[in-house]
Amino acid sequence: MLIDWFTVGAQLLNFLVLAWLLKRFLYRPILDALDAREQRIAAELADADAKRAEADQEREEFRQKNEAFDRQRSALLSQVTDEAKAERQRLLDEARQAVDTLRAKRMETLANDTHNLNQAISRRTQQEVFAIARKALSDLATTSLEERMGEVFLRRLRALDDQVKEGFATSLKTATGPALVRSAFDLPAEQRAAIQNALNETFSAEIRVKFETAPDLVSGIELTTNGQKVAWSIADYLASLEKGVDELLKTQSRPEAKAGTGRP
Amino acid sequence: MRLSPDEMIFWQYGFLKLNATILFTWILMLVLVVGSMLVTRRLSRDLERSRWQNLLEVVVTSIEKQIEEVGLRQPRKYLGFLGTLFLFVALSALCTVFPGFEPPTGSLSTTVALALCVLVAVPLFGIEEQGLGGYLKSYTKPTIIMLPFNLISEVSRTLALAVRLFGNMMSGAMIVGILLSITPFVFPIVMTVLGLLTGMVQAYIFFILAAVYIAAATQIRQSKSEPLSPPRIPAKETPWTV
Repeated sequence: MLIDWFTVGAQLLNFLVLAWLLKRFLYRPILDALDAREQRIAAELADADAKRAEADQEREEFRQKNEAFDRQRSALLSQVTDEAKAERQRLLDEARQAVDTLRAKRMETLANDTHNLNQAISRRTQQEVFAIARKALSDLATTSLEERMGEVFLRRLRALDDQVKEGFATSLKTATGPALVRSAFDLPAEQRAAIQNALNETFSAEIRVKFETAPDLVSGIELTTNGQKVAWSIADYLASLEKGVDELLKTQSRPEAKAGTGRP
Repeated sequence: MRLSPDEMIFWQYGFLKLNATILFTWILMLVLVVGSMLVTRRLSRDLERSRWQNLLEVVVTSIEKQIEEVGLRQPRKYLGFLGTLFLFVALSALCTVFPGFEPPTGSLSTTVALALCVLVAVPLFGIEEQGLGGYLKSYTKPTIIMLPFNLISEVSRTLALAVRLFGNMMSGAMIVGILLSITPFVFPIVMTVLGLLTGMVQAYIFFILAAVYIAAATQIRQSKSEPLSPPRIPAKETPWTV
């Protein structure tokens, strides 16, 4: 008999025990470890996927930021360039204007200086000329000259036209004080008498006369009464000469000033 | 001439006895359990792992995959039973390379015991999956006339399972023994290698047939619930007539 039923039973039991033991010590731990590893790998893969997605997203964000930054930078750069250009143009304009103003001012100052200098020279020359003339005439003025002057004065007095003579006559009559005769030197008595006579003759009246010495007349005699005046003196000539010269200078300086302001 | 290691008795006390079959079974059990304990004591759950753990992982996942390919949807549920069948038969075949080792599967008692386990396990899994009524009804498919034939088939295939394994293992050991007495040198080694191959094939056949029987017993509900996906039984892995 090939089948031993005790052995069959024992083997059956053995097999069941072996199945239980292997399940306990082999299959369960191994499968648990496998599952744990699979889960871990799956988790790592998912993590890697998430990280890659995140990295992609971040890269995209970074790229966009970079582009925006480039755009902004170029915009700012062009803006700054434009502003710098405008500022440069403005500064150049300002500088040019300042230069122009300065030059104009300088030209004006120069013109003024020239004008002033010319004026000063003219005035000085004029003053010197008159001073020399006055000095010369003063030096030349003597009693005989005064006599001649008195004669001239008398002649002039007599030669007054009627109208002036009438004016003088009314002035003399209405005057409260005596008529004033001024001369550069003291007139001698004869001459004073001659003047008195001449006045009396001319105006057909007794004229009260007061004689004064006035050195500023340079050389000459004048008769004044109540606003009317008859005179002959070198100073008058000089004064009219001076006036003429002054007018001449003024007419010369005017076109110069006009030409000076017309420059850029 | 010993046909079975049952006849090699070391100790006997009345009905109780310790023969070579039981002893070598215990040795195999010890090797399997202690080996598993040693390896799984320090299991790594990381990517780095020891060679032995890797070996066990390969073995376990291969068995699991085979069970799934036969058509069982939850291979882990059947892994304890079917996996142990395969490991025991395969290891006993492998250990024939050790001189003096008598494979327990070379004893008809052992193969009968294993076949009885399958005979009991198939209806148990079937009833668990389909319910008692559902499982019993499967014997009357396709018609009630088929009931006796189905019952005969149930018994005969179990008997075939036992005798096939016994015959192959016994003959392998027997051939080597005979050849040793005739040509003591190279030829027995070749036959031993051939015996290893035969043993592995037998282990695979025993395991896959048990899986197919269980799959057949649990099939109806699965095909009802998912009629569009028939069980994946590869043609080459259903050796009904071996």
